[in-house]
Amino acid sequence: MKDRMDRRSFLKISGMSVGIGVVYQFAPMLARRAHADQITDFFKQVNGESPQSFTFAQFSDPHVGFQGPPDPLGTKAFENAVALMNKAPQRPDFVIFTGDLTHDADARDVHAQRMALFKSISSRINTPAIHTVPGENDAALDGGVLYREHFGETHYSFDHKGVHFIALDNVSRGHPEVGADQLAWMKADLARFPKTAPIVVFTHRPLFDLKPEWEWFTADGDDVMNALSPYENVTVLYGHIHRHDFAQRGNAKHYAAQSLIFAFNDPATNADKKQMPFDKDQPFQGLGIRLVGDNPAGNLELTEVELTTQEFGGLSGIQQISKPNEALGRSSSNDAD
Amino acid sequence: MTRTNKFAAAIGIVVGVATGAFAVHASTEPTPQIIKINASKFHFDPDHIILHKGQPVTLQLTSLDATHGFMIRALKIDTDIKPGKITEVTVTPEATGNYTAICDHYCGLGHGMMKLKVNVEP
Repeated sequence: MKDRMDRRSFLKISGMSVGIGVVYQFAPMLARRAHADQITDFFKQVNGESPQSFTFAQFSDPHVGFQGPPDPLGTKAFENAVALMNKAPQRPDFVIFTGDLTHDADARDVHAQRMALFKSISSRINTPAIHTVPGENDAALDGGVLYREHFGETHYSFDHKGVHFIALDNVSRGHPEVGADQLAWMKADLARFPKTAPIVVFTHRPLFDLKPEWEWFTADGDDVMNALSPYENVTVLYGHIHRHDFAQRGNAKHYAAQSLIFAFNDPATNADKKQMPFDKDQPFQGLGIRLVGDNPAGNLELTEVELTTQEFGGLSGIQQISKPNEALGRSSSNDAD
Repeated sequence: MTRTNKFAAAIGIVVGVATGAFAVHASTEPTPQIIKINASKFHFDPDHIILHKGQPVTLQLTSLDATHGFMIRALKIDTDIKPGKITEVTVTPEATGNYTAICDHYCGLGHGMMKLKVNVEP
């Protein structure tokens, strides 16, 4: 199923998570909108940048240090995804990682080695910047101490070419929550923006009750989304669930990304959460990244890219491993549309 | 009767009324059943409990090692269980059904296996 998007709506585009090879005219889009001047002037004043075309990528849940079952290939999918990204015709302005960068380890030094290995692999991505948020494997046992030593603060924000990005930490308190302090910080951070500003939130866990009994929720997610509700253009990118999901709540669109280590089963048809078994003939089934590209009709089109056996045997070029997206339209039972 | 005695009598009447009211109130509330549950890496003990619709129950939750969580969304229970203290949760199930309690405070690599089955029977 294709997810076609009106190129005049930036949020729909940013919500696709990965923009490899996107030729996206952000500034012309703004010129056709009533609030264009307001947003353009605002971002010029804030950071000296005029809204303009850009691409970025989302990787999620590489779990560096995990060794199956179900996936005995360790970091191979992650490394291949990095190589794949570097084959893309257009370099992304930055890459976001939505948590579980590493697999947890009982010994602190082992966990530190995994974080170092993650940094080594991710540093091969041909991009000027990498932005991360922690998953529970990275930061929940020690309150984020080791994570901060390697990656810096667990929550922060930045502006990029006319879009405001907010990195939220909903794992390091152990309990799946953002917490009152971070929520107050986010409200203050948002206060300077007009309600029409494009806002992208990236975090690890879903900010709504996707499947609470599988721990696919954030306890104070409603508080986060209520704070975001006055804003017209909100996209949430997250990981944790190791599979695609799309849900719309009010103005906000929530997109889950695939993992780079193993996939989980479908919560709509299964009572218990299980890792999908490893298939030696299709070792990267259910793993991958996303593409966003133009189609002849002038819309933007989402395409899922799975890491295939062909890719496992050696990179053959991005065109050969691109597959039309069939998964994104398979929404969760919580989907509004 | 002196002023002091009148005052004392009045206090006695008030206390008596209050005590009587409390006794009546207490007699109408069913005493909650108490179920003790121990949490440790990475299981609950017991791992299966039976509750009854309309009957209050107090879960006495204790951790034997690290901080754990105890969450049953259908029964609106979500609490941390910290070691060294008893965490009490009282609930009256309003409907029959089968639920799963999970640990929702990350406690290590076996965290996802910490589950407890809850059957609410008539």
